[in-house]
Amino acid sequence: MAIDRDALSWYEASARQRVDALLDTGSFAEFLGPEERRMSPHLPLFDLPRAFDDGVVVGRGRLDGRPVLVAAQEGRFMGGAFGEVHGAKLVGLLRAAREIKPAAVLILFDTGGVRLQEANAGETAIAETMRAIAEVRADGVPVIGLIGGRAGAYGGGGLIAGTCSRLAVSEGGRISVSGPEVIETNKGAEEFDSRDRALVWRTMGGKHRRLTGGADAFCADSVSAFREAARALIGRAPAFDLATLEAEHARLRNRLEEFGDCRDATEVWARLGVNDPDAVPAMDARAFDETVAGVGGANHDAR
Amino acid sequence: MADWRGDRQARDARLDAGRAHLAGRGKVVAAQAAVDLLEAVLRPGDRVCLEGDNQKQADCLARALSACDPGRVHDLHMVQSGIVLPEHLDVFETGIARRLDYSYSGPQGARIARMLYGGQIQLGAVHTYLELFARYFMDLTPNVALIAGVCADRDGNLYTGPNTEDTPTVVEATHFKNGVVIAQVNEIVDRVPRVDIPGDRIDFVVAADKPFYVEPLFTRDPGAMTETQILIAMMAIKGIYAEYGIRRLNHGIGFGTAAIELLLPTYGERLGLKGKIATHWALNPHPTLIPAIESGWVEQIHCFGSEVGMDRYIRARPDIFFTGSDGSLRSNRAFCQTAGLYACDMFIGATLQIDLMGHSSTVTQSRVAGFGGAPNMGSDPHGRRHPSDPWMKAGREGQVVGDPALMRGRKLVVQLVETFGDKLVPTFVERLDALELARKIGLELAPVMIYADDVTHIVTEEGIANLLLCRDADEREQAIRGVAGYTEVGRGRDRAKVEALRARGVIRRPEDLGIEPLDADRSLLAARSIKDLVHWSGGLYEPPARFRNW
Amino acid sequence: MESLTFRHTTKKPLPGAKPQAITGVVASGNLEVLLERVLPPDACEVAIETPITGYGPVWEAVVADFVARAEPGGIRISINDGGARPDTVSLRLLQGARLMEG
Repeated sequence: MAIDRDALSWYEASARQRVDALLDTGSFAEFLGPEERRMSPHLPLFDLPRAFDDGVVVGRGRLDGRPVLVAAQEGRFMGGAFGEVHGAKLVGLLRAAREIKPAAVLILFDTGGVRLQEANAGETAIAETMRAIAEVRADGVPVIGLIGGRAGAYGGGGLIAGTCSRLAVSEGGRISVSGPEVIETNKGAEEFDSRDRALVWRTMGGKHRRLTGGADAFCADSVSAFREAARALIGRAPAFDLATLEAEHARLRNRLEEFGDCRDATEVWARLGVNDPDAVPAMDARAFDETVAGVGGANHDAR
Repeated sequence: MADWRGDRQARDARLDAGRAHLAGRGKVVAAQAAVDLLEAVLRPGDRVCLEGDNQKQADCLARALSACDPGRVHDLHMVQSGIVLPEHLDVFETGIARRLDYSYSGPQGARIARMLYGGQIQLGAVHTYLELFARYFMDLTPNVALIAGVCADRDGNLYTGPNTEDTPTVVEATHFKNGVVIAQVNEIVDRVPRVDIPGDRIDFVVAADKPFYVEPLFTRDPGAMTETQILIAMMAIKGIYAEYGIRRLNHGIGFGTAAIELLLPTYGERLGLKGKIATHWALNPHPTLIPAIESGWVEQIHCFGSEVGMDRYIRARPDIFFTGSDGSLRSNRAFCQTAGLYACDMFIGATLQIDLMGHSSTVTQSRVAGFGGAPNMGSDPHGRRHPSDPWMKAGREGQVVGDPALMRGRKLVVQLVETFGDKLVPTFVERLDALELARKIGLELAPVMIYADDVTHIVTEEGIANLLLCRDADEREQAIRGVAGYTEVGRGRDRAKVEALRARGVIRRPEDLGIEPLDADRSLLAARSIKDLVHWSGGLYEPPARFRNW
Repeated sequence: MESLTFRHTTKKPLPGAKPQAITGVVASGNLEVLLERVLPPDACEVAIETPITGYGPVWEAVVADFVARAEPGGIRISINDGGARPDTVSLRLLQGARLMEG
């Protein structure tokens, strides 16, 4: 049955549905599929259910006929969190990329960070993944992150996203390290009210990340939009060299200098030159793209 | 010699005492003086209506009442729709209040059960909204009413805003029978947008320290709707709405009925039902009804109250909603409940427990949630005298004996439930928890939400049971077991009898209705997120922050 | 965790040639169902891992009804349950069978 990429919501789709619909039809071949039953050795100790794929689908396929490697996290299984097997599958995929040399590695983030029940293994996996991404990029293979699932890219997932060549994000997608509840717990509801979801999204959501250059493309919530973004970003991946690194450092330093005293994302947007910052959250993808085109800072070539 | 004006004189004395706390011109009292005002006006043993229902709350006055000196204000008899805020029960712990007659307790259901059990509250009765309103005019008339509005002028002319709700009823009963009415308002203005309550019925206006609280009780996030709920909604539309041609109706607040609302412009459209069903509503402004309204399904809606975030949308759709000359919604709980009781051909809603006869209850062993208005909507009004096609069809199905010339119709009362609730708690039970609770806390009447003899249909993911067609108690029990899925009640069915009922159309499975369960997919929903609802509304719907993910 | 296994004999094999399929996600109130065409054509086996104990008879009834309805001969079904309700289990099993037939 043919999948309607326009109709399929990225936010609602499962990891498997995203992969199947994102790649050229029928091209996906999974590594360590569910029938291999490579499940978490730790979760039974906590009397918790396991998933046959440990919450991540990895494999190879084609995007517009070009070979790619792909990993997709399942945000509904334990919040898409990194465990030992989950992390090893991602690291293994990235290491394979150094031999296979695909046109790109696509990481479909959907994660709250590290799984508490196997935190040591999960933290290690985060570090190994970041190193592996650096090596893959150094070998000239772009690593593209796609973020639009319900769990976003939090914790170690947010760190890994920061090491990718390019990121595409949708409105529902969020990118950050500490989650809203963590910030509220540590700093109080006056500092950050995690139940104020409008605040959460304008601080960590896709539009804010895109406007401030934290993501390189903004997608409507459909698989076709993410497919289009992935294709475009592969062609725009930066070189992985000292110049890129220094430019990225400069970008981050400038950002802190320009916006460090802002108390709310709407102040940042106003300072970026957005005419009506309060209107940003309600904008559809087309209106938002026009807004992005009208401000500086969003399109910075470093990463 | 009889004194015919004693109550009137007592009222004048209360007003005099209260006037000492006025802030300058007119009837205005500062929020800081609210406690003094209440202590001056209230008398021990007073019947007091503290306005609050399942939506808006006179919360500033509730805080003031709970801060009164129990030495001066005590043994009050609270007569109010809703026990919703913590302060509503705090007053019973301090002795400020002793007796209670109410209707709905939602979020305070567990605490009220404990306090009833502990004897801290002397309970009169748990009512439906309409019967409590009725008793305001009979034997529970308030001495003092504490109400809430959006704004007032200095003469007390009150704008309740879209959440008019109970206010006109409470003021009517209190003011015209020698009572004192105190209104809290968000703002004192020179001129109110419209006069919902004339100023001569309001004795004091408290300028509240913050706007009154309204609970967004009727917002259901389409993002949380499951395939099972969609399947049940499909069966209800095809097997009941279409079958009986239901045009005038009320929906409950559950996800099942919200799914029906979202399927009208998609699945309902495909079945060719537009204009034939669901045109006239007694309903709060459910955000999930926006796609059906925008697609031209709905002719008109009268509301009990409003819903947070819907005000701009309602203003822009005066052909659909009841609005004032100022443009904003005019709701009225008493009138809407009456419309739901007498002028709707169907009530459809969810419940927590159904027994083998079809009695249902939202009470669990540790919670007294109260009734609200569901039993008014979910009952067959024997006083109805106007015919309609659905009403007559149901009447014919239910009539077993007697002269057909003397037949009367039946209102459809439909329970829409999943066989298991949260945490695998079965919906179908041999015996309602309500009975055990009634025994434990000494209620004379078990808190049954809808009695079996009012229920006409039960819809679950397994099928529809048409109880009108059951001819004896055994058939009725097997019809209920036959849609009870894998609960113990369901597994206890007599399979042969259930198949016989199915052959007669008493039980109808999805396949009997031409519905493929695997087609029950979220892509059928006209909106799959709150954001989709905003788009449908042309940006007019402004959902509360807690429902956003943008 | 509780492990349950049910074996049934079917009158016919499940149509289609797809060797395996998976549907659903292990999440609260949900489950994943893995179907593999690895058994003799008249056999069906359903193995369940669930964190909710004490629902053996319910699982047995759900599986028996599914087998009677779908006749999934030749299929081994493995379930990781996240605490799904029986109606969700039925739905996923039917979805899985349809995937294998497709």
